Amino acid sequence: MNSKMIGALAAVALLAACANKNENASTGTGAATTAGPVPGSQEDLVANVGDRVFFDFDRSNLRSDAKATLDRQAGWLAKYPQVNVQVAGNCDDRGTEEYNLALGQRRANASRDYLVARGVAAPRLTTISYGKDRPTALGDNEQAWAQNRNTITSVR
Amino acid sequence: MNRLSIIPLSRRSLMVGAAGSAALIAGTHAVAAQTSSAGRTAVIDVNRARADPIPIAIPGFTGSDGASAQLGQDIANVVTNDLAHSGLFRPIAQQAYIQASSAQGDMPNFQNWKAIGAQALVTGRAEAQGGGQVRLEFRLWDVLPQAQLQGTAYTTTQANWRRIAHIIADVIYERLLGEKGYFDTRIVYIAATGPRGRQTKRLAIMDQDSENNRYLTDGSWMVLTPRFHPRRDEIAFMSYANNRPRVYLFNLSSGQQRVLGDFPGMTFAPRFAPDGNSVVMSVSTNTGSDIVSVDLASHTSRRLTDSGSIDVSPCYNPDGSQIVFNSDRGGDQQLYVMGAGGGGARRISFGSGRYATPVWSPRGDLIAFTRFGGESGNFSIGVMHPDGSGERLLSEGFSVEGPTFAPNGRVLMFWRQSAARDNRGSGFSSRLVSVDITGFNERLVTTPTDASDPAWSPLAA
Repeated sequence: MNSKMIGALAAVALLAACANKNENASTGTGAATTAGPVPGSQEDLVANVGDRVFFDFDRSNLRSDAKATLDRQAGWLAKYPQVNVQVAGNCDDRGTEEYNLALGQRRANASRDYLVARGVAAPRLTTISYGKDRPTALGDNEQAWAQNRNTITSVR
Repeated sequence: MNRLSIIPLSRRSLMVGAAGSAALIAGTHAVAAQTSSAGRTAVIDVNRARADPIPIAIPGFTGSDGASAQLGQDIANVVTNDLAHSGLFRPIAQQAYIQASSAQGDMPNFQNWKAIGAQALVTGRAEAQGGGQVRLEFRLWDVLPQAQLQGTAYTTTQANWRRIAHIIADVIYERLLGEKGYFDTRIVYIAATGPRGRQTKRLAIMDQDSENNRYLTDGSWMVLTPRFHPRRDEIAFMSYANNRPRVYLFNLSSGQQRVLGDFPGMTFAPRFAPDGNSVVMSVSTNTGSDIVSVDLASHTSRRLTDSGSIDVSPCYNPDGSQIVFNSDRGGDQQLYVMGAGGGGARRISFGSGRYATPVWSPRGDLIAFTRFGGESGNFSIGVMHPDGSGERLLSEGFSVEGPTFAPNGRVLMFWRQSAARDNRGSGFSSRLVSVDITGFNERLVTTPTDASDPAWSPLAA
């Protein structure tokens, strides 16, 4: 339990650093850090596996690119059996709040079910839906909306 | 003819120490006070008032002393504001008055009010009673026939003055238009602060005219979709407390909150039944969401839909016999009506695009909704009859959503989001808007922060 706690704390610290770096990413820096991410951490997942998969408008079926990412997530989770994750479903804001809560949950379920089918033990996975209330892309254009139709897997 | 009734004030529990006298008294001419306002027909109907708002003079109430006179002016201002915002009245500016107030005696000098075009006149008096109490007396006059339409006095605590002003505005609305008003009401909504994507969302409540705004949660957890109980000082809302998104009940008098029901997954989109004894809401399933009703006394739940689709946003009709809801069972979001026990759902929305967030008018005659995704890509707020006929769109924009009816069914409030100008979310905002159900008199509703998810309270009893 202790090592898991430390891992989680490290992940938080690295995430903060990562967030700062992302602001510069558009200017083309984005160089690798001196020390790589802690194996099995959120940053490891983001950097080496991909923490999110994307969906078409008002859909929750997994596209082939989504399946490829989830396959990598399943492999990564097999490698770190002590890690539990939350799968959060999100929607763009071109829909209504209450419906999107259900749609986000449907997306989270779709990703969770796929991971379980790829051998991840169901108790290691929790799901949550934020509907359209936690956009990661802050613009209002097709590109931003496409990014916000996702599930995001995060280490708990 | 100048009758005056003293009526008791029923109080919200939040209003400490509001005292009212239950006695009915006769005014200058001893006639039973209750008959002075009963059974009268409206002076003008709402449809005419929309086209030609009623010109009304509302001088400051006179006062027994300086403080009371100030209170009298404050009350006149609140009444003026309420009536003007309805779009159905045209308060005449006080600068235009020939006389500053109703002056001495009970009978106004009607010529002075007729001369400035006032069809109705409101006069009143504020008297300090000691012990923090104040007596507020008002009369409503029909200027041309020189007749008193209403005379009422209230005794209450000084702190309650705003509420009395709204009650007076409601009496004026009802006496002149023949329908209940909606001014002694509150709005519960979600207040949002902080950058888009990381917003802090708090439950907030304010009077219908944006006064007395206060926050009911501290923002630790995201909260959404508050709705008023039809009678109690209680709301149902959704909270992400402990990362378990569930519907909660929140007793505003005691401050107590409790999770509603015991479901393994997310519960959301709550609404009280019209009798206040149960809540209808959605519970997530593996493939979508079902609609359930939860009895508030026994905590037992009953599943009303089981379609394998997303069934969401249920709302009862006023007699509780039917439920309108949103479902994608036909492929995309449309509106359906079913019996309150479930089953027999029939689709009622057939225009282009998607329909969502149906709410049944308290009058029973209309269902308001959000429509989007048609040719324009924009969102609209609209109304239709419960059988799906007579659809009208009232407001359109990049994003408008979530109508809620005023308790008299004459006004809708919803929220409007502006599009972000860039990928940092600049220019994004979320505001409350009110509009008459005919689409006229659209107004921005003042809130201290960004706002969404408004729900209109019932008229205080």
